[in-house]
Amino acid sequence: MARWGMVIDLDRCTACQACVVACQVENNVPPAGADLAEQGRAISWLRLVPFQEGQHGTRPGMRLMPLPCQHCEHPPCAKVCPVKATQIDHEGLVAQVYPRCIGCRYCTTACPYTVRQFNWQKPEFPAPMEQGLSPDVSVRPRGVVEKCSFCHHRLQRAKDRARAEGRSLREGDYLPACVESCPAEAMVFGDLDDPRSAVSRLAESPRAFRLLEELGTRPKVVYLSKGEWGGEV
Amino acid sequence: MERFEIGDDARLLGPMEKTGRGFWIFTGTLLAIALWGLFAWSTQLRRGLSVTGLNVPVYWGLYITNFVFFIGISHAGTLISAILRLAQAEWRRSITRSAEVITVLVLFFGMGCVILDLGRPDRAFNVLFHGNFTSPLLWDVTSVSMYLTGSILYLYLPLIPDIAILRDCLPRRRWFYRPLALGWTGTPGQQRVLNRAIAVMAVIIIPIAVSVHTVVSWVFAMTVQPMWHSTIFGPYFVVGAIFSGIGALIIAMAIIRRAYHLEDYLKPIHFNNLGLLLLVMTLLWFYFTFAEFLTTYYGAEPTHMIVFLSKTEGSFSPLFWTMVVTCFVVPFTLLANHKTRGTIWGCVAASISVEVGMWLERFLIVVPSLSNPRLPMTAASYVPSWVEWSLFAAFVATFMLLYALFTKLFPIVSIWEVKEGREHSIQEVTERVASYLPGAPEPAHE
Repeated sequence: MARWGMVIDLDRCTACQACVVACQVENNVPPAGADLAEQGRAISWLRLVPFQEGQHGTRPGMRLMPLPCQHCEHPPCAKVCPVKATQIDHEGLVAQVYPRCIGCRYCTTACPYTVRQFNWQKPEFPAPMEQGLSPDVSVRPRGVVEKCSFCHHRLQRAKDRARAEGRSLREGDYLPACVESCPAEAMVFGDLDDPRSAVSRLAESPRAFRLLEELGTRPKVVYLSKGEWGGEV
Repeated sequence: MERFEIGDDARLLGPMEKTGRGFWIFTGTLLAIALWGLFAWSTQLRRGLSVTGLNVPVYWGLYITNFVFFIGISHAGTLISAILRLAQAEWRRSITRSAEVITVLVLFFGMGCVILDLGRPDRAFNVLFHGNFTSPLLWDVTSVSMYLTGSILYLYLPLIPDIAILRDCLPRRRWFYRPLALGWTGTPGQQRVLNRAIAVMAVIIIPIAVSVHTVVSWVFAMTVQPMWHSTIFGPYFVVGAIFSGIGALIIAMAIIRRAYHLEDYLKPIHFNNLGLLLLVMTLLWFYFTFAEFLTTYYGAEPTHMIVFLSKTEGSFSPLFWTMVVTCFVVPFTLLANHKTRGTIWGCVAASISVEVGMWLERFLIVVPSLSNPRLPMTAASYVPSWVEWSLFAAFVATFMLLYALFTKLFPIVSIWEVKEGREHSIQEVTERVASYLPGAPEPAHE
């Protein structure tokens, strides 16, 4: 079975946020206005977090890092969910079962990456956006938690197509919307267990690192960078 | 059947026989606050949690603070009463009932806070249908429901003889008391069974009570979040719970004493003794808090230090230092001095201070850690909304309202236990003390 993972090359990333927009559209994430953003309630499955670069160097700067759900192999969120609404599914993805979630937000507080989102209110899509919703992704009701799914509906679609064509899944059949949209080709997606896949080779790069590895969560999102990534903004 | 001779303790039936205007004004005010809370809740049900001040990353706020606070208060009753009973502390007789009622009632409000906090309260029963036992929240559900069941039993058992007294003394309410009295006539056989049952429940309830606040702390400690992930949290929370619990008991006793003129039953000595217990808990609280903060400070892990500094010198520092003053400086000063501890106002002032401080402590555990996540966020600060404050006020008011109603249905000071103390204990204690002394024969085993 595949171990789906993502590599994000920060040295290629231009922080254009195409991935952020692609994700919103693909997954029926309601667009937030200024008021919601100000309240800290804008939902975003993939956001860019600012990091200070070269803190001790001569040319301090700021860099932005795309931050999706890390799809940990030891997810702190799944352990604490009182109703098994978030679990590792049979494909190794950390899945969220919206119809079961009771909205206690224990997972959101337990996640050290703060990538889990809560539906504070009923999702609203301004006209004509509500006519362009993706039929593959359910619109989440008020009061439940949601997060990046690695676009698992695309995996389903890719599998169906492969089966129809009478072949097995090939590299590149299943790509999340963010990866597909990245103009700088900074995001790579695939099977981390397949030694021939681009993602597994990149994950071995000396530039590779994972976020908050020391917590033992074993994230399946790998970042690449030559630079020094420290210091919060 | 012989009618029970209530004799000197007839005063204890007073609250059930007549109700003054003060009571109606008091409960009417509480009812108004409760109704306001109902309105606030309906607003939240209509518009969801967007009516709170919660946001990303402060996903938890006042509701969870109050959950921990109320469950903490619940340790007033059953636990303290059980310990005093097992220790054969004779001064317990007139205070155990008022303590046990606090536990039973406040537990409902503790659980209610969790329901308030749910985004989908309509799905609350999913914890029974799809319960995940690796979640500390499920441990809470288990432990708190056991504690509630045990506490109701432990309140009810010593009530039976008193209900029988009411059945015999208040003929107009006979229909109500007769089934609850379970045919109690006070035969030596019945008394023996009852004493045994109370003793068994007292032993069982102590580990359950300790488990309750331990698992409440584990909701936080089991995560890896800065200043939550601490091994000291279990005992720290239990100590804090007993601390705030004793405070609540002292305040309740002072109100009952004043309202029902029970000066003869709830004496300064009772307050003094509880004040001593409160003093011990003040010192323990300081010890735990000091140990917790010094360990964090000395280790100086950056993510932990961010939370630490936000409490000690950052945006939460006014609350933090108020907590230190109200949890330690004020109660320690008032209670270490026997002149103030020996007075009722001294104990009550210390207790009110402790309640304020312990509520702040709960708030300062929940919010600062969430406000400072490990990865940088667009900082949003948390200010509780009117809905959250209203529901807090309504919960406190409804708790007091139910407590007041209880005193109108059942004696808030245990009649039979006081009577038993008067008739048997003096001799028993004399014999017990004599048996401690050298040369005394071994006492016959009970």
